[in-house]
Amino acid sequence: MTLQAHIDPDWRDVGAVTDIPERGARRVATAQGDVAVFRTGDGQIFALVDRCPHKHGPLSQGIIHGHGVTCPLHSWVIDLATGQPTGADAGKGCTPVAPVMVKDGRVYLAQPVMAD
Amino acid sequence: MSHNKERLVVIGNGMAGCRAVEEVLKRDPSRYDVTIFGAEPRVNYNRIMLSPVLAGEKTFDDIVINDEAWYRDNGITLHAGRAVTAVDLQGRKVVAEGGLEVGYDKLILATGSDPFRLPLPGIDLKGVVTFRDLDDVNAMLEASGKPGARAVVIGGGLLGLEAAYGLARRGMNATVVHLMDVLMERQLDESAGYLLREALAERGVETVLGAHSEEIVGEDGKVAGLKLKDGRVLPCDLLVMAVGIRPNAALGKAAGLQVNRGIIVDDAMRTSDPAVFSVGECVEHRGNCYGLVAPIWDMCRALADELTDGQGGYEGSVLSTRLKVSGVDVFSAGKFAGGDGCEDIVFRDAARGVYKRVVIEDGKVAGAVLFGDAADGGWYFDLMRAGTDVAEIRETLIFGQAITEGLSGLDPSAAVAAMPDTQEICGCNGVCKGAITSAITSHGLTTLDDVRAVTKASASCGSCTPLVEQVIRLTLGDGFKAQTGPKPMCKCTHHPHGEVRKAIVEFELKSMPAVFQTMEWTTPDGCASCRPALNYYLLCAWPGEYVDDSQSRFINERVHANIQKDGTYSVVPRMWGGMTTPDELRAIADVADKYDIPSVKVTGGQRIDLLGVKKDDLPAVWADLNKAGMVSGHAYAKGLRTVKTCVGSDWCRFGTQDSTGLGIKLEKFMWGSWAPAKVKLAVSGCPRNCAESTCKDIGVICVDSGYEIHIGGAAGLHIQGTELLTKVATEQEAIELISAVMQMYREGGWYLERIYKWMARVGLDTIRTATVDDLDNRAALFARFVKSQETAQIDPWAERASGGVAAGEFTPMATLPLEMAAE
Repeated sequence: MTLQAHIDPDWRDVGAVTDIPERGARRVATAQGDVAVFRTGDGQIFALVDRCPHKHGPLSQGIIHGHGVTCPLHSWVIDLATGQPTGADAGKGCTPVAPVMVKDGRVYLAQPVMAD
Repeated sequence: MSHNKERLVVIGNGMAGCRAVEEVLKRDPSRYDVTIFGAEPRVNYNRIMLSPVLAGEKTFDDIVINDEAWYRDNGITLHAGRAVTAVDLQGRKVVAEGGLEVGYDKLILATGSDPFRLPLPGIDLKGVVTFRDLDDVNAMLEASGKPGARAVVIGGGLLGLEAAYGLARRGMNATVVHLMDVLMERQLDESAGYLLREALAERGVETVLGAHSEEIVGEDGKVAGLKLKDGRVLPCDLLVMAVGIRPNAALGKAAGLQVNRGIIVDDAMRTSDPAVFSVGECVEHRGNCYGLVAPIWDMCRALADELTDGQGGYEGSVLSTRLKVSGVDVFSAGKFAGGDGCEDIVFRDAARGVYKRVVIEDGKVAGAVLFGDAADGGWYFDLMRAGTDVAEIRETLIFGQAITEGLSGLDPSAAVAAMPDTQEICGCNGVCKGAITSAITSHGLTTLDDVRAVTKASASCGSCTPLVEQVIRLTLGDGFKAQTGPKPMCKCTHHPHGEVRKAIVEFELKSMPAVFQTMEWTTPDGCASCRPALNYYLLCAWPGEYVDDSQSRFINERVHANIQKDGTYSVVPRMWGGMTTPDELRAIADVADKYDIPSVKVTGGQRIDLLGVKKDDLPAVWADLNKAGMVSGHAYAKGLRTVKTCVGSDWCRFGTQDSTGLGIKLEKFMWGSWAPAKVKLAVSGCPRNCAESTCKDIGVICVDSGYEIHIGGAAGLHIQGTELLTKVATEQEAIELISAVMQMYREGGWYLERIYKWMARVGLDTIRTATVDDLDNRAALFARFVKSQETAQIDPWAERASGGVAAGEFTPMATLPLEMAAE
């Protein structure tokens, strides 16, 4: 049984789930800029454009807690599932969500990562 | 046997096969002539209760479901100990061992599953067993008979843990070896997994997590131990493999039925042959194979409907799990770990060892994990399966069915008013409403803190705080004074920093899950505010023992550089006491050229900052700086930053002492130490104070007769001059005293609290008494600082430049080809 047979060609294998530390993130470089791929404490994988809606801080460098990430520049907390700022900053812009999929321990990003 | 009855043949005398027959008989007792084949030479028993048999809590007779009388009374022909070897779909007959052939009109395959055996070297040694049937249990019991015998169980799932617990109960030293970092990771989150590990340890079961098994070691054909990939060998007399099960679909496959992982069935439990049905663990339904009992019961009901002219409709099962280890109450169901768009409600009660997490999705219960008090597991499971909208009962959902349903339909204050005096408000401390109201009136209490102090209500986990406040408000009306007092660390807890620090030491909490549980955190894994604080507190309390959690550090401390507004970093190498050399300066200049570093700046701490370094370049930049003998300046650290000096008696005509030399000694002794907040030192060679010692966290001013030690200055958000702590005569004494002050601050400061704030809180006199007057205490503080430094002084740049540490941090996980994205 080949893995690729089940994967749509628009999905790109970007590495193993275990390449990302728990409660951590890794960057994926794309033609449209970096995408941050997050692994939460409960083992979920999320992907966002690596750019805070506030001052464009790299979200991949933040601290991950629950299903949120705290931006390293000014501590906005972004919801990993929606890309929306939460708490006092809710409603002030949004980080685009990148489609991501996990299959057999591998992480896949859709190509292109953002609809232009 | 009358021949107008249809012939129903069942292959498999286990739980699924017999339950299917029971369900059929319940609906139509006279329709079928039933024949059951079983490979085990015994009547049907409850396999899931083998664990209590192993533990000695039940006997085999206790777990028999259908005894011989049942087969007889229902006219069932049982061929026990006779395995079916073939099914002839064309001829509609089965062939069993010994050549027995039995024809059928309807056939049920209930062949169950086989335990999965890891293909390790040594798998065939004597003493290697699985945990599946009574024979396995008997083999384990035999091994446990030997005094001092040791067992290793591979697999930290439900079955493996129950096996290990049973063996421990039988007097064996039992160790569970688990591949993952969390026990029962398919059912439990990290917090519950941690509690389970503790509970098992109390019951004599040791656990080794993250362990890769490599080889089963034998001696004289018998198992002697399990060798792990890291080289460890765990000696044992019995090795139990409990790593999972595989559907037993071989017979179905050989007969020509459609088989994938299991025998494929439709919603009526029908296989690819219309006369052949299948239920249980051998089945694959809508892509799912099940290994728990509840889905089997669901399947059997659907099958029986189908076989008795009803409409068989099995739509798959929602799963829940309970662990059968005495005194360890564990329940898990559904999306226990949350997921996209899910919210968590978390409740912890450290005193009772309780952890509950209910996951809500779209206003409905999507999953739950309960540890220590799983009484409401069934209720959550019902809410989940029914898809009940829980928005209305969200506030009290986590407290369980009794409280929720007791309060439903009332607004909160009316609900509290309606509570009888005997209603328990604080479950942790067993305080009922009447005790609170009478304490308020008899003691004249007006605040939450008063009530806590007198009654202990809401003093433990704090989750009943809103209820207690309601009671006070109802009793006092406008006389109620809202809460003041120490602020909680963050929204994840109601405990202030001081209490958490105290508990870490007092209860020997050595990991973050331990703190979360004992201090009853309300979030599964903290937040960006408490995690860095806890990481520091643990590191400070258990030097050399606690493993630093880089994912709980702010980015600057995680990558050992300072993030800038554009996402690039700045790099500041250490210059001891502000001294440098032409070689160091040349190396810095070369690095700036080589890596195209846009800005080079002299800092206020007497060193050089390289600004605008790309993250990917950091390891190479560090390697080049390391080569020139430079190490990290920790310009990013909540810890020792710089020791600023003036040129002192070496050059200055006013200098009284070697201030540069003392500065270098202090910096070499203290670098690498983490602290609640940044710590800046300075040593000035005379009272002219050219090193600006009197606005530093700790400053030294050299005078003719010795060294003045000043503390508590600041020149940042707040401007504040230092206070004179004392004067000492020698350099050595200065170093010891400064280290002792540093250690006292390290142990007592709150995260992000600079020394001047800490001093304002605890008082200069307290610090002076502890470090100046009490020389024994000073020596003890100094010794603890020295011990902590033993494991702190490793250059983080060198570790990372060599690729040995955090290799993935500095490179993208992947680079997607540019042409792919071009549209």
